Amino acid sequence: MSRLEARDVTLGYGGRTVVEDLSLAVPDGRVTVIIGPNACGKSTLLRALARLLAPSAGAVTLDGKAIARQPTREVARVLGLLPQTPIAPEGIAVADLVARGRSPHQGAFRQWSVADEAAVEAALAATGTADLAGLRVEELSGGQRQRVWIAMALAQDTPLLLLDEPTTFLDLRHQIEVLSLVRRLNRDLGRTVVMVLHDIGLACRYADHLVAMREGQILAMGAPGEVVTSDTIRRVFDLEARVIPDPETGTPLVIPLREG
Amino acid sequence: MASAGLALALVALMGASLCLGDYSLNLGQVWQAVFGDGDGAFVVTTLRAPRILTGAFAGACFGLSGAMLQSLARNPLASPDLLGFTQGAGLGAVATIVLVGSGDWVTAGAVGGGLLAAALVGLLSWRGGFRIWRVVLVGIGVGFTFWAGIDLLMTRGDIFEAAAATQWLTGSLNSRLWSHVAVSGIGLAVLGPVALGLGRSLDHLGLGEDTAAGLGVRVGAVRIATAITAVLLAAVAVSACGPVAFVALVAGPLGRRIAGGPGPALGPAALIGAALLVAADLSGRTVVAPMQLPAGLFTALLGAPYLLWLLAIQIRKGTL
Repeated sequence: MSRLEARDVTLGYGGRTVVEDLSLAVPDGRVTVIIGPNACGKSTLLRALARLLAPSAGAVTLDGKAIARQPTREVARVLGLLPQTPIAPEGIAVADLVARGRSPHQGAFRQWSVADEAAVEAALAATGTADLAGLRVEELSGGQRQRVWIAMALAQDTPLLLLDEPTTFLDLRHQIEVLSLVRRLNRDLGRTVVMVLHDIGLACRYADHLVAMREGQILAMGAPGEVVTSDTIRRVFDLEARVIPDPETGTPLVIPLREG
Repeated sequence: MASAGLALALVALMGASLCLGDYSLNLGQVWQAVFGDGDGAFVVTTLRAPRILTGAFAGACFGLSGAMLQSLARNPLASPDLLGFTQGAGLGAVATIVLVGSGDWVTAGAVGGGLLAAALVGLLSWRGGFRIWRVVLVGIGVGFTFWAGIDLLMTRGDIFEAAAATQWLTGSLNSRLWSHVAVSGIGLAVLGPVALGLGRSLDHLGLGEDTAAGLGVRVGAVRIATAITAVLLAAVAVSACGPVAFVALVAGPLGRRIAGGPGPALGPAALIGAALLVAADLSGRTVVAPMQLPAGLFTALLGAPYLLWLLAIQIRKGTL
C-alpha cells in the first residue's frame, strides 16, 4: 500500500527539466532511501513528494488525491519534512523549536493543548533530546542539532516523514546516530520514512526499499539485497565495484575496485 | 508578560504627556477636563489628546510595519523608511494636499503612493528572487526619487498649501485634530489584527521557507499579504503624522529584545512604536519649551545612531 505516490511526474526549475516522466510508489510503513550521483534529481524528487515543487506534468498524490490541490495545512498534518538547510532563529531554545512542529494542529483559536505538550515531550524523548530542551540551538553540536530538527518534524505527529540528506555535515558517529534514530521511528512508531542519502553504504544498511536514480530516471528499485549488485553500481555511479555481504549486518557492502 | 509591561508603560507615558507642557496640569485636573468641564478642558481635549492618540496609533502602525518587513526579510535594515515606502506615501500625501487640498483624501493618496513605491522597488530589485541588499539599495534610490518629487510639488504648489505640506513633512504631531486620530485609529483597528494574524506564519518563515511550508504555511500568500499590510500600515501612519523617521526601524528589534524570544514579536513592536512616538512628541514640547520641536527630530536623534551601529555590526559580521 502507498499513501504517497508520484505518477508520471516531470520536474524542473524554470525551463530546465531535471526529472522526466517518473513514477514512484512509497511503500507504507517502510524506510525508503533515494540514492544516486550528484544532480541526478533525487532531492528534486523529494521536494516534489513534499509539495515544495509543483510537477510540470503528472502529479504527486497523497491518499489518491493530487497533493497540489490539497490545503497546505492538511498536508502538513500527514507529511512531516526536514529540509536540507533549515534555519534556527538566533536565540531559540530547543523546546521552543520542537514546539513549532505542533503548528499544523493549532488553529487561530485552538491554542497550546495537553496533546501538544505530550507530543513535544514524546518527540524530545524519542530523539534523546529531552536533556537539551532548555539549551539554545546554537549551543548544540551538529549531531544534536540534527536530532532536534528531527524532533520538530516528529512533534508534527505525521504518519509520513521526508528527510533531505539528514546526515550532511555530520561525522560518522553522528551519521549512525541519526540514521539509527530514523530506523527506530520507523520500527517503534510505525512512521513511513523517505530520505535522500549520499552514502551508498549507509543507504544499504538503513533502507528497506532502495531507489537508485541517475539523470532523472529510476534505474533500480527494491530491497537493497536484491538491487545492489556490481552491475547496478556501474550503471548508477559509473563505478567498477565488488559487492559483498556486510560482515556486520549482511546487507550489501560496496567495495570500489582498484584503478588500473 | 512583556506586552503587559509595555502596555502599562505606554499608558503611563500617555498620561504624563496629557499633564505636561506649557500649561501643566495634574492628573485630577486632567480627569476633570475629560469627564467634567474643568479649566484645562481646551488644553486636554482639543490640543493634547488628539496629538497623543494620533502619536500612539501612528507609532503602533510604524512599529508593526517595520517589524513585519524585518521579519519577512530576516534583516533589521528592512524597514519602510529605508525601503522607500514611507517616502512614496509622503509623495502621495503631498500630491493630494497640493492638488486636492488637505482632507480625507490625503490617506488615500498616501496609500496609493506607498503601494506605488513598493511596486517600483519590487520590480526593480527582482532578479529571480530578492536579495536584501539589492532591495535596500533600490529602496534608497526610490526614496530619493520620491523626495525629489515632493520638492518639485512644493515649489509648484500654492504657497498656503505648500506651507501646510511643509509642516506635515517634518513628521510632527503639532496641531493634530480628532480626524487624524480617526484615520490612524481606524487604520490600526483594521490592519493591526491582520498583522498579528500573520505573526505565526512569519515566525515559521524564520525557519526557512521549506520548513515553513512543511509546517503548513502558504509561503507565497503570506509573503504578499505581509508586504501589502506593511505598506498600508506605513501609509496610514504617514498620512496621520507625516514621514516620521526611524520609528519603524527601531521598534522591531527593541520589541524582540524585550519579548526575549525568537520570532517577530509584533505586539511588543507595536507598543514600542507607540511609546517612541508619544515620547518623542512629549520631548519636543517640553525639552526646549516654549519652543516646539517636531517629534521626527527626536526619533531621528535616536534612530540615526542606531542605524550606524546596525551597519557597523553587519560590516563586522561580514554580511555587508
